[in-house]
Amino acid sequence: MPIRSTPRSVLSAILVVAGLLSASPPALSEVFDPETFTLDNGLEVVVIPNHRVPVVSHMVWYKVGSADEPTGKAGIAHFLEHLMFKGTKTRAPGEFSRLISRVGGSENAFTSYDFTAYYQNVAKDQLPTMMELEADRMANLSISRADVDAEREVILEERRSRTDNNPSSQFGEQVIAATYLSYPYRIPVIGWENEMRRLSYEDAMAFYETWYAPNNAVLVVAGDVTAEEVRRLAERTYGVIASRPVPDRIALRGEEPPQLAARRLEMDSPRVDQPSWSRRWLAPGVVWGDSAQAPALEVLSEILGGSATSRLYRSLVVEKGLAVAAGAGYSPDGLGPQTFIVYASPRDGVDLAALEAALEEEMARLLRDGVTEDELASAITRMKRRAVFARDDMLAPARLFGEAMAAGRGVADIEEWPERIAAVTTEAVLEAARAVFVPERSVTAVLRPKPAS
Amino acid sequence: MRRVIAPFVLFLALVAWAPTARSLEIQEVVSPGGVKAWLVEDRSNPILTLSFSFAGGESSDPVGKEGRARLVSGLLDEGAGDLDSTAFQKALTEDSISLSFNSRIDRFSGKLVTLTETRERAIDLLRSALTEPRFDPEPVERIRAQIQASLRSNLQNPRGIASRVWWAVSFPDHPYGRSGDGTPDSVAAVTVEDLREFVTSTFALDRLVVSAVGDIDAAGLATVLDRVFGDLPATGSAAPADDTAPGAEGQTFVVEQDIPQSVVVVGHAGIARDDPDWYVASLLNEIMAGGFGSRLTAEIREKRGLVYGVYAYLLPVDHAPLIMGGLATQNARVAESIRILRQEWGRMAEEGPTEAELADARTYLTGSFPLRLVDSDGTVSVLMGLQESDLPIDYLDRRDALYAAVTLDDMKRVARRLYRPDQLTVVVVGMPEGVTATAPVPSIPGVPARGG
Repeated sequence: MPIRSTPRSVLSAILVVAGLLSASPPALSEVFDPETFTLDNGLEVVVIPNHRVPVVSHMVWYKVGSADEPTGKAGIAHFLEHLMFKGTKTRAPGEFSRLISRVGGSENAFTSYDFTAYYQNVAKDQLPTMMELEADRMANLSISRADVDAEREVILEERRSRTDNNPSSQFGEQVIAATYLSYPYRIPVIGWENEMRRLSYEDAMAFYETWYAPNNAVLVVAGDVTAEEVRRLAERTYGVIASRPVPDRIALRGEEPPQLAARRLEMDSPRVDQPSWSRRWLAPGVVWGDSAQAPALEVLSEILGGSATSRLYRSLVVEKGLAVAAGAGYSPDGLGPQTFIVYASPRDGVDLAALEAALEEEMARLLRDGVTEDELASAITRMKRRAVFARDDMLAPARLFGEAMAAGRGVADIEEWPERIAAVTTEAVLEAARAVFVPERSVTAVLRPKPAS
Repeated sequence: MRRVIAPFVLFLALVAWAPTARSLEIQEVVSPGGVKAWLVEDRSNPILTLSFSFAGGESSDPVGKEGRARLVSGLLDEGAGDLDSTAFQKALTEDSISLSFNSRIDRFSGKLVTLTETRERAIDLLRSALTEPRFDPEPVERIRAQIQASLRSNLQNPRGIASRVWWAVSFPDHPYGRSGDGTPDSVAAVTVEDLREFVTSTFALDRLVVSAVGDIDAAGLATVLDRVFGDLPATGSAAPADDTAPGAEGQTFVVEQDIPQSVVVVGHAGIARDDPDWYVASLLNEIMAGGFGSRLTAEIREKRGLVYGVYAYLLPVDHAPLIMGGLATQNARVAESIRILRQEWGRMAEEGPTEAELADARTYLTGSFPLRLVDSDGTVSVLMGLQESDLPIDYLDRRDALYAAVTLDDMKRVARRLYRPDQLTVVVVGMPEGVTATAPVPSIPGVPARGG
């Protein structure tokens, strides 16, 4: 379809529940052979050569996301992302976008809990211009109050589209807010509407001046380039921006206190016809908690919910015929406490309580018997094969490395991913499952239709 | 022979991609059995991507059995030949073979992605899925239930409702007016015989196009083509829908639903893909709705903050080419947003674009093309698009020239023909303020008379 997507999206944690997580790409360093270096001003650079077509993907990742927002300013990270298209000291609002369009490029930007990223995909010969303009807005953002006011209406419409018009998104926000007692992941990336309405020019500029510094960013260039070319261009563009002190965001976020009580949320909506059920537990990630368990949890997620032959789909959807969908989701990649999710949606006429009981029975069986050697070997093979498929894509590895570097992990850490996955044992899976699946760190969520009165 | 020259071919392609010409080395392969395909050989990864489609899709669903083609698309990988659903899915999963099918309004398509090491197995599975699907009771009822569940969600979604109503009021007496997704009831009415009838009347060589990208040469692909498609009948019997044109033009329909943001879908008759003015229309649409800086986005989003997204696109469906558009905005500002959209539609019709707008649109449409070819998936989509539109194999060599030949006078002439603000059929779902319906929403299967 000739519809160009509207740029600037919020990466919503809700998407993960929808099962998109299964494509969590594995490490690719061995095949992509990235080169990394750091400029004198602290900007980290990753170059991923891929000479298949004369095209490059140019991305800048800032190590700041919605989880780093000041209290009462929910949504400012994402709002600033929008405002970054509104001009600099020497360039008019939209000028960068028009230039990209004129040369046939595409661009986008996205904000998540842990990072904010901007990218352009362009013909290779346009890379110097992209670097010049992206470096310009790293240092010289200059926006008008009128543009701030108009764009605030845009993000409010974005919130209505994504969240308020959609009861399952509204419920998702409530569920995530209940999943974290204190950790800032409890606040939606797009922001709460009441706080969004008050976000000001001053709030945006303060956030920009606090966090948008070369020493708090990662430059990723993938495609038809060499590290030498990128280094030369980066020194001339980003290299002239002075570094400056940036707050310790891990410390600012605080720690999630011990969770002592299982939580349960139920929402009935006249705009829901298809019920759904999910349960999530706080889980370690590559940074937070017992990171050594992350590979075992990734493998477990694959076994429970990674395909149409996975345990939950087989049991609940095929064999018992209770559900139309069932699966699991886990990604270890964020900075803070992660979640492991299992979910199911009942067939017409099936009682939600029966579905919940069947799912709990599967989880009890897992905690009692663990997984089999066959299940483990098959899952590991599939996960490693995905690396080969991902090699076919120019943008996926750029995104993978960008996200990892923005979370403070080095390339080496990603390089070792296949070995970490291959080393997972059935004992490790069982141990991780028993550590994670404890009721007091869980949130159960039930979304049901409410007959119109 | 071809294996040896592959790296050279790739190198040529790269060199050719300087700003103007961007030819892709496409080979036409004809198998001994007479099956044709277009191939882009690319040895950079040990992967084969095989895409294909048959003419005939949702528009052939029998009345009252809407959703039939979609149900077929969900069931072909749920058991075929000797393998029941479980065994078939296990075979796919264990070898990391990706096999998917998709029904569209006028075509039924499929895609296979496999590593070279598992290619033999993948080909057998695909052949079996196309020629001997089982449609066993358990998977039929399971996939039927899944589609019904997704329909229950979609029929609550304001976008889903708006689109369904737009097509229903525009094509009241044509298959296009009956949603190919169906309703829970129409999906329930589809029998296994109906599914088989679709397969035997649609999966035939005379309505097939095939494209391949990746780790295979022409001789290898020829063998694959005969193994996968060789057993299909020469001709299919499914009758195509009649050519038609959208009715209800100029009417406004409102479906009340208690939501904070109204969803608006608009459209009227457009321009066919084989119309000589297609390239002019594509340039016009780029100026109207090609993202940031385009007229609709500038006026409705950037200047006034009325929306997060506003769009328009040419939709050259086989039997009634269309131009569609849409937006979503808070209920209080729906009337204003529609008014500006109409105004821009009218301004383009009356004044046409400027020379600068034409130049920018041209460099975008020519310059952005290589970005579609960064991976196998994008490349195979391009090949499918060309073949489904009956374009010649050297089309990509001529594409830039077709856009270069368009003059400002062409743009003004086609703008007058394409943009007819008073003829837009407008559907609003929500609680819009200041919008007056000019016609009542008819009873449409699956659409609540008044959304809740």
